[in-house]
Amino acid sequence: MSFQSKHTDRMYVVMGIVLLISLTFLGRLFYVQVIDKSYQLSADNNVLRYETEFPARGRIYDRDGRLLVYNEAAYDLMIIPRQATSIDTTELCRILNISKEDFIRKMDKAKAYSWRKPTIFEKQISTITYAELQEKLYRFSGFFVQKRTLRKYPEPVAAHLLGYVGEASQTKLDEDPYYKRGDYVGISGLEKSYETELRGQKGVKVIMVDVFNRPKGSYKEGKYDTVAVAGKTLHASIDAELQAYGELLMQNKTGGIVALEPSTGEILALVSAPSFDPNLLVGRVRSDNYRMLQADTLKPLFNRALMSEQNPPGSTFKLINALIGQQVGVLNENTTYRCPRGYVSGSFRMGCHDHRSPLNLRESIQHSCNAYYGNVFRNIIDHTGKPWEGFAIWRKHVVSFGLGTKFNTDLPIEYAGIVPTNEFYDKHYGKNHWKSLTIISMAIGQGELGTTPLQLANMTAAIANRGYYYPPHLVTAIDDEPIKNRFTEKQFTTIDPKYFEPVIDGMAMVFEQGGTGYRSRHDSIVMCGKTGTAQNPHGEDHSIFICFAPKDDPKIALAVFVENGGGGSKYAAPIASLMVEKYLTDTVARPNLEKPILEANLIDPSKNVAP
Amino acid sequence: MREQRSIFDGIDWVMVGLFLILVFMGWINIYAAVFNEEHQSILDSTQRYGKQLFFIVFAIFVGLVIMLIDGKFFSTFALPIYGLTMLLLVVVLFTARDVAGARSWIDIGAFKLQPSEFAKYATSLALASYLSTINIRMDELKTKLVATLILVIPAGLILLQNDTGSMLVFGAFALVMYREGLSGNFLLFGLAMAVLFIFALLFTPLTMLIILGSIGLVVFLFQRRKTWKLGLSIGAVLMVLMGFVYSVDYIFNEVLEPHQQVRINVLLGKEDDPKGAGYNVNQSKIAIGSGGFTGKGFLKGTQTKYDFVPEQTTDFIFCTVGEEWGFLGTFVVITLFAALILRILFIAERQRSAFTRIYGYCVASIFLFHFMINIGMTIGLMPVIGIPLPFFSYGGSSLLGFTILLFTFIKLDGYRLQQLR
Repeated sequence: MSFQSKHTDRMYVVMGIVLLISLTFLGRLFYVQVIDKSYQLSADNNVLRYETEFPARGRIYDRDGRLLVYNEAAYDLMIIPRQATSIDTTELCRILNISKEDFIRKMDKAKAYSWRKPTIFEKQISTITYAELQEKLYRFSGFFVQKRTLRKYPEPVAAHLLGYVGEASQTKLDEDPYYKRGDYVGISGLEKSYETELRGQKGVKVIMVDVFNRPKGSYKEGKYDTVAVAGKTLHASIDAELQAYGELLMQNKTGGIVALEPSTGEILALVSAPSFDPNLLVGRVRSDNYRMLQADTLKPLFNRALMSEQNPPGSTFKLINALIGQQVGVLNENTTYRCPRGYVSGSFRMGCHDHRSPLNLRESIQHSCNAYYGNVFRNIIDHTGKPWEGFAIWRKHVVSFGLGTKFNTDLPIEYAGIVPTNEFYDKHYGKNHWKSLTIISMAIGQGELGTTPLQLANMTAAIANRGYYYPPHLVTAIDDEPIKNRFTEKQFTTIDPKYFEPVIDGMAMVFEQGGTGYRSRHDSIVMCGKTGTAQNPHGEDHSIFICFAPKDDPKIALAVFVENGGGGSKYAAPIASLMVEKYLTDTVARPNLEKPILEANLIDPSKNVAP
Repeated sequence: MREQRSIFDGIDWVMVGLFLILVFMGWINIYAAVFNEEHQSILDSTQRYGKQLFFIVFAIFVGLVIMLIDGKFFSTFALPIYGLTMLLLVVVLFTARDVAGARSWIDIGAFKLQPSEFAKYATSLALASYLSTINIRMDELKTKLVATLILVIPAGLILLQNDTGSMLVFGAFALVMYREGLSGNFLLFGLAMAVLFIFALLFTPLTMLIILGSIGLVVFLFQRRKTWKLGLSIGAVLMVLMGFVYSVDYIFNEVLEPHQQVRINVLLGKEDDPKGAGYNVNQSKIAIGSGGFTGKGFLKGTQTKYDFVPEQTTDFIFCTVGEEWGFLGTFVVITLFAALILRILFIAERQRSAFTRIYGYCVASIFLFHFMINIGMTIGLMPVIGIPLPFFSYGGSSLLGFTILLFTFIKLDGYRLQQLR
């Protein structure tokens, strides 16, 4: 019954087809599985979610261990647009209390940024909203909550020096890959300059999610996870009480106060008036408040203590001329000059006020005699016979006090001030075509000079130290580790210590009978000070006072600058004196001196009660 | 004939072995695809792998029963089995509930049965029976028509059930007819039509006219004798082809459902829609591709375990193989399938009985078609047509259907040897 089948050879065709299909599959599989690596990535993207763990930002304490800045928990609602499909928008809008249009707008914004990467959908949702949302979050695929921290300032002081944090700008994102959209970064003040220390290190938790975005556990037992490292604690040199008191004294005024500890260069107080509550620049209200502060004509965001560089130091600068005069040998403590109510040279006259005459060096400081320093300055400039040489020497000494240069403190913005150069005058008058009389206004600290309150405070500290200073700075220790850097390196002035004594004596005499600061004296603290008045072509002169105390073991050196406050003795001297008292005795027991300052209003003259 | 010693006499252990390996691997991969922490036991009968184990045991039992049946039974009762199954397909049309748009399931107690899985078996028997009849010659028109009718009846009924995938399987029988003498031109013609079909979808009719016209011109120019007659026949062929192109265009735009259009477009690369219609294929490719050379390891597949791949225990079970066992795994599976199909073909050729040979070719062709479409679909070489991977995919009906197909052949092969003694 069996027979030989025809077409047996067709078996090979059919078998060939089987082999062809199998080999095609194997080739394709080899390509897809072994050669093309992109699928691995896609699979990871599908299933892996990188959850950032934000570390707590470092806290900031003042010099007495008072908490200045800490963190408060906040919750950001994040979204991964790719995964946010078929969710109950109405319900979500209701929970978040936003409109459908808001929802669409936020969604579009997130999509425009990235389909795959998480973006902030709603910032800093309230704890109550968070509680409700957390329960129902599983229904909103693609959404998750990211814990963050917000800065809190228990005491509403020192806004300028503490600075604030905000979302990293596009520029920041571009230049530093550490930051991702929505990350916070220090934008000004200590928050900015110590950003790396304060921010800590972000951690990443790689978790696996299923197709509904439900967490399914950690990826490879957490092999690729990194732990968030908390930010470091900053110990600032600020004395919060002194700072608050400084801000109180400066209320309704514009200007700045900088107080230093001369023996270390640590900044005890740094007031820029008008100031504001640092809590204004936190959280959801930040941008509105920022706009408001920016629009304010009094420029509260402008840190006058470090940035107001156009104003001359006025008579406080006579101290420097007195020191340089001795150093270059044109002056000694017994040198006397007459004062015919001013400095006269030919037809030139630089006026002075009424005081007894003649005066020696100490008395010249006590009375702030213009004539005396007209002579001293001209002698300095002319002591080599060539004014430009004398000027260069003078300038070198001036700069050694930190004037005309930046200290590069640990605050992000600081201006250098102005100490004119030979080139400046050469350009202005022609090469060496100028002489001491041409620039004589600098004898009494006017003219081309410009100093910031910080520089004046440092100049005072250098005098208090009899010839050296430490660059002013704010942070003394990071995580209990005391700083050891350029801030702890002594900077010497070019003046011999012995020349400081007569000048310091004169500064003490400022507070004695007949001195320009007599009204601001303190019975038990021996203060050394100097008034200054910065001529202001735009209005009332600025009131300046520099001061340190106690005389023999200086604990505090400060500069006070009150815009449009008139003469130095009027506003700046009492404020400086009160600050010293506050710092050294912890209280203020001179209501007669304090009250008029507190009541004074230089911003709205109609409300001003002159002291 | 001597008394037979055992029902296992003359059995081809290679096919049985391949069957057991494939079934076991399928079961392991179903376990991996649905594995979750709560139900860790592979024997848990509430889970699909537990149920599949039951199906496997039952299928092996049915395989044993087939071994007990007399070898003559199949050829003798081929037509009644065919008739009964066709009746069942008709019944399904009236009794079945809609399951995902298809009406192909019958409820039998706690189980659901899919008669279309058995229709392939019945058709194979019927076709083998008819073509092995003495004096039936494939080159006769009548034979072609009857054979086609045997295929078209079940195919049509299954199409009425809205189960396009299972219907297409009947195209695989063309290979059987080819082996039995159908001109290879029919296969080539089918292939050419398929290519033309794809081109017609890819390009506009105008482009097609230019392409076909150029081909016609080249053919004309390369003929030694350029007669009017030749030119006219080329022109006529051209017109027929263009008619086909236009009808494809028409069918695509007017007859196909939008989701079918999108599926085809995605496959052809005309549409990129990784979240929509292309989602399945895209995720499936990602799963397989991410397996790499050695795979992510047993139960470590993230694509399948976290439900990114749909239908992962049934139509897309191959993804789990690719993801967890890598290229090594897919290589083994492809090799095993190729080995099984080639073994069936080889054994079919050694039969003296035309019935067994033709039946063997039917089995091989069905396996080949499922193998080609199912795996091709998971790696984006074939359109998404929902048909199972034999022995691998979860499902009692399909496993039973394939087992019966294979074991009937093993029995028939064994019977041949028994006859010799």
